[in-house]
Amino acid sequence: MDKNIAGVTIQVNEEGYLTNFQQWNKEIGTALAQEANVDMGARHWDVIIYLQTEFKNDVPLSIRKIGKSGVVDIKEFYQLFPIAPLKTASKIAGIPKPASCI
Amino acid sequence: MKRIVILGAGTAGTMMANHLRDHLKREDWEIDIIDEREEHHYQPGYLFLPFDIYKPEDITKPIRDFIPNGVNLIHDAIDRIVPQEQFVHMVNGDRLHYDLLIIATGAKIAPEETEGMLGEEWQKSVFDFYTFEGSLALRNKLRDWEGGKLVVHITEMPIKCPVAPIEFAFLADSYFKNKNMRDKVEITYVTPLSGAFTKPKATTALQHLLDEKHIHIESDFAIECVDNERKMIVDYGGREIPFDLLVTVPTNKGDELLARSGMGDDLNFVPTNKATLQSKDYENVFVLGDATNIAASKAGSVAHFEAEILTDNILRYINGEPLKEEFDGHANCFVETGGGKALLIDFNYTHEPVEGTFPLPGIGPLRLLKESRINHMGKLAFRWIYWNMLLKGTHIPFVSTQMQEAGKEF
Repeated sequence: MDKNIAGVTIQVNEEGYLTNFQQWNKEIGTALAQEANVDMGARHWDVIIYLQTEFKNDVPLSIRKIGKSGVVDIKEFYQLFPIAPLKTASKIAGIPKPASCI
Repeated sequence: MKRIVILGAGTAGTMMANHLRDHLKREDWEIDIIDEREEHHYQPGYLFLPFDIYKPEDITKPIRDFIPNGVNLIHDAIDRIVPQEQFVHMVNGDRLHYDLLIIATGAKIAPEETEGMLGEEWQKSVFDFYTFEGSLALRNKLRDWEGGKLVVHITEMPIKCPVAPIEFAFLADSYFKNKNMRDKVEITYVTPLSGAFTKPKATTALQHLLDEKHIHIESDFAIECVDNERKMIVDYGGREIPFDLLVTVPTNKGDELLARSGMGDDLNFVPTNKATLQSKDYENVFVLGDATNIAASKAGSVAHFEAEILTDNILRYINGEPLKEEFDGHANCFVETGGGKALLIDFNYTHEPVEGTFPLPGIGPLRLLKESRINHMGKLAFRWIYWNMLLKGTHIPFVSTQMQEAGKEF
């Protein structure tokens, strides 16, 4: 479905995750963060860039992986994105929701 | 004479040994399979053992019974792989050269990854059911447990058989009902995901089961530690969930061997091409089953579909032909829902579980994503299929390697 944000139209799924990563840019990321009540700072962007890099390399993401990434530890990850951090950060990053089975 | 070495004689490795021996001439290729264990376990049975549905002897048989003639079974521990030199080093000092290596070393639980999980309550009020020992200890605990707060918990993804924990919760509901003590047990299901079911179609079709069975859900829970003294699990956000009996699925990791060999990721899973099943780092190394890092489910059905495609790809590789990018992440799983019923789900990398019929389009007899008795019979019958057909690499009639779209409601 279409979503208007930061002055452009992007495609998202029913849960609001971007379905085409090519459409993502930093303004869209900032606007998505505002919708999630996250005020983006430099540390937030470090995490977002890390998530996007892993996504491009087809690496499935998990809280653990982020904790061991050297980018942030899990405590800080929760401070940056307090509610459901991996899902929230994935949505802001324009990448799919972390995978599960059913 | 060239040599294929298969590491691991579990579901995936055993199937590969059977497939490849059928296809490769004995005078051209020696096939060795290495596993330090003596017994093959039917791992889906670990779910039934705690509830006295299966007995230990139902789910274990000698590994040797499933290895075909013409394949050498080596019962020894592996120290490491040296992929640059194409050698497998054994703990006893032996070295084995390979021309082609298949890694099928699976995944195992790593409770030591979570602070306090192996504390003084381990196997007193904190149990796993992903090992034979854990499942048996839990059976003994449940036999005289008088009730209280039962917490069924997933530590983190990925885990083997992602539906097993919710099946455990469903079967627990049935078990306590049958013992006339359901009113004494509070069942809470704790998951790091956003719900017990997270895909839209499955959520719509299955959410009612949780309500009917009075299973309370705690989602988005990323565990930091098990507090043994206060009998609580605590997450990084500070949430606390009390338990009288914790049944947890600890972190799952690939074999330590892969860390020693420098071939695994941070969870010791091997970086693998998700369509060809070739290692991303070494062209003569192939990986299947739970040992890969691909985003398919870690389940026997996935290993079964992978084995058929990987056999073709290994034959192509040997003949110098390009590999086919055929593996689509296909999985097919029965989900026990308790009370003698089960669901069947069928999905792949791109299609979420949907409604429809299986395996014959429009006919079934099994219905996808619908609870029924015949699905439960299917799950019980599957144990026979596993021992008698699946491990031996016999093709299962009507069940295709790639997911079929006919007869399904997308």
